[in-house]
Amino acid sequence: MTDRFKSSIIEALSNQNLTGALGRFSEAYRISRQKAYEGINFEELRQTIARIKGDAASRQKELVSEFKIKAEARGAKVFVTNNPQAVKEYILDVATKNNVRSIVKSKSMASEEIHLNEALKSKGMDVQETDLGEWIIQLAGQRPSHMVLPAIHMTKEEVADLFSKEVNERLTSDIPRLVKTARKQLREKFLNADMGISGANIAIAETGSIVLLTNEGNARLVTTLPKIHIAIIGIEKLVPKVSDIVPIIKALPRSATGQLITSYVSVISGDTPNIDGDKKEIHFILMDNRRSEMAQDGVFKQALQCIRCASCLNVCPVFRLVGGHVFGDVYTGGIGTILTAWFGELKRSKDIQSLCIQCGNCKEVCPAKIDIPELILEIRKRLIEQEGLSFTQKAIFKIVNNRKLFHRMLRMASLAQKPFEKDGYIRHLPMFLSGLADFRSLPAISDTPFRDKIKSISQPQSTKTVVFYGGCLIDFAYPHIGESVVKVLNKAGYKVLFPEGQTCCGAPARYSGDYDTARQNAIDNIDALLSENSDYIISACPTCTAALKKEFLELLKGSMYEQKALILSHKSWDLSSFITRLKSNGELVLDKTNTPQTITYHDSCHLKRTLNVFDEPRQLLREKGYEIKEMFESDMCCGMGGSYSIKFPEISKPILTKKLKNITDTGAKAVVMDCPGCVMQIKGGLDKLNSDIKVYHTVELL
Amino acid sequence: MIEQFKAKAQAVSAEVWEFDTKQQALEFVKDFVKKENVNNAPVVWALGKIFTKDEILSVMPSVVTDVNKDIASTAHIGITEMDYGIAETGTLVQNSTDVAQRLASSLPLIHIAIIKENNILKDMQTVLDILNPKDIGYLAFITGPSRTADIERVLTIGVHGPERLIILVLKGEV
Repeated sequence: MTDRFKSSIIEALSNQNLTGALGRFSEAYRISRQKAYEGINFEELRQTIARIKGDAASRQKELVSEFKIKAEARGAKVFVTNNPQAVKEYILDVATKNNVRSIVKSKSMASEEIHLNEALKSKGMDVQETDLGEWIIQLAGQRPSHMVLPAIHMTKEEVADLFSKEVNERLTSDIPRLVKTARKQLREKFLNADMGISGANIAIAETGSIVLLTNEGNARLVTTLPKIHIAIIGIEKLVPKVSDIVPIIKALPRSATGQLITSYVSVISGDTPNIDGDKKEIHFILMDNRRSEMAQDGVFKQALQCIRCASCLNVCPVFRLVGGHVFGDVYTGGIGTILTAWFGELKRSKDIQSLCIQCGNCKEVCPAKIDIPELILEIRKRLIEQEGLSFTQKAIFKIVNNRKLFHRMLRMASLAQKPFEKDGYIRHLPMFLSGLADFRSLPAISDTPFRDKIKSISQPQSTKTVVFYGGCLIDFAYPHIGESVVKVLNKAGYKVLFPEGQTCCGAPARYSGDYDTARQNAIDNIDALLSENSDYIISACPTCTAALKKEFLELLKGSMYEQKALILSHKSWDLSSFITRLKSNGELVLDKTNTPQTITYHDSCHLKRTLNVFDEPRQLLREKGYEIKEMFESDMCCGMGGSYSIKFPEISKPILTKKLKNITDTGAKAVVMDCPGCVMQIKGGLDKLNSDIKVYHTVELL
Repeated sequence: MIEQFKAKAQAVSAEVWEFDTKQQALEFVKDFVKKENVNNAPVVWALGKIFTKDEILSVMPSVVTDVNKDIASTAHIGITEMDYGIAETGTLVQNSTDVAQRLASSLPLIHIAIIKENNILKDMQTVLDILNPKDIGYLAFITGPSRTADIERVLTIGVHGPERLIILVLKGEV
């Protein structure tokens, strides 16, 4: 990680305007988005969009030529190029030929992607952004901090200062007055501009038209008042048919700002007169800039389905803290990381891809059904293929890959930590490691790992067996969670088996892009877990369960182990789902607790979004007699993200702080969750706060 | 359909009025202009399919129906006749290939949009089946007045387009 990147993160995190505004927006956004989608089958809608745009990506070449033919037949000039430089030259050429002095622009990410404004200005042309947020940014000489809300990081006072300078008059920070000022200033520019430049939200191949969505009405003026209109269109904006725009227009405003539709939607084709009645000069530039290469890539092709709503930014626990500036480029957030890796080059995404905590929020809301977290992992994987693992990572995974050595080291650590440990926590670490424990205490490594403990538990001699997959945290830090698992399964008449050969589930390696290690972990675990002849394999860690159920299969596709991975997947259960099944089978009856109390439940990322389990643990807890008081954003990440909290403690900490506040605000005396990683993060955080709120894994209360 | 259209349009700050006759609508416009027009700024009316030039001028002789950029940019009120409405979102739809329609509806501070109740349709797809972009140079969908939330996310009405959108619905078979 470069120092510059690290310091840009620190800078963003300490910018109260930015984190305050983004945080408030992101919290309000989830609610307004949900409201906007009321009565709409979101799953169906996004499948339709994914199908339309996925199909368009497969037929890119064909659509480009169809658009060109249709648009030209209607009088537009169409320029197709792969080269960003050629786009700039083309526009400069049109401008020069027509003596263009002043240009008004409506928002176009494609133009920002190629740094068009600088090129035009260097030729002495006056270029005005007219979207209010973009104009503010232009006046401030900054870069947008958000794809849809470019100036969200600025206060009204800062905007008043900027506008005051522009109009040579002291303005107050009254927002409606500021907006009026912008209207007046830019109206002059609109009326006198020689050329209008726009982007396109959608382009329709069968009619040679573009579709523009705006709220301010600036695109209507940009495309109406100047005699020349140039639209820069990324070729991924093409769809085949007119009817294809309907689902996109339905989703884009809802996902972007929680609106049912933007104030203005304009569908523009070549046969349009200009203000004095002559035929208007319209140029459509179809820009490739590696988009066709992306369409050929089996994995990244789906990123072309993006409709640029920025909902992946709005729901991201990391983006709402750091904003867009740390991304260092035009496209920001989850999808921006992917686009930067392509439209720029892979290594440009090296730092920013590491910001992803893999919580899966973006995948859940993406209206184009893009698996953003998976694509970011793919970037990691390719970066490692290109540049190799860092020395430390290599050393760590070498150990993790050697089960016996790994486990021996963990046992040694339990001794080495002694000087720092108190009541099962490590609250301070020496020097260079201190950042890891300054906002949350870490659990001490247990003296006796679960793999040893289970040998001394006397279990019923039953023919009904369950294989328990412990996972590192339960095995070495929280063996008591494992003991609770055994207890409840014993109660249902099952004997719990713990094959010794089981090892790390490979998630840390996989999340770091080291697929070779992850694959070896998968094979070791398959061998170990299938060595016992049992129908069920249970894990009390959602990340591990996701590995057993889904990721091993992905990792081993096409290998000799694929069949075994499939068997393992079918046998694997997360704890809450399995207990729910035992209950409905009548194999287990849950007694009411003796200490009923109000608790709150935290949804762990991988349980909620990867395994789609959220109701089961709540039902179980209610049945035990606990009352659940829901917290705000119960399914927002706690900031743990495995090794993420070690790599970015400065980001992990404020995410955790938010979570702890939401927990505390419920007034509940205990917080319950299904993931030992979350337990570690939340328990450690509450311990640092000296809070008396108890933290439990669901199984501990069963 | 009209009720849904009205509710959705009002939800995004459009003002909706209903009339039984064309004459009533014209009288409303006349009174509105009298009340709202400031400094005797020109009132522009881009002619459409509902009212003839004579019908308009007989009630409001000073209205300008020959709309160009210069006059529209000084007008306070712009009037256009819309082709369709969309009930689902409270949207107005117009074939705006004729530049006058765009000038009258985008430059003045107040936009009065007239629409027939019978032309309010269910959703966007239904409208696109009739107004297909293959035959239309500039197809415009307008929903509420111009808006922004670009400064501190505070919703502010009237940035580059009109700050008031007044929709006059002509009922029944008018």
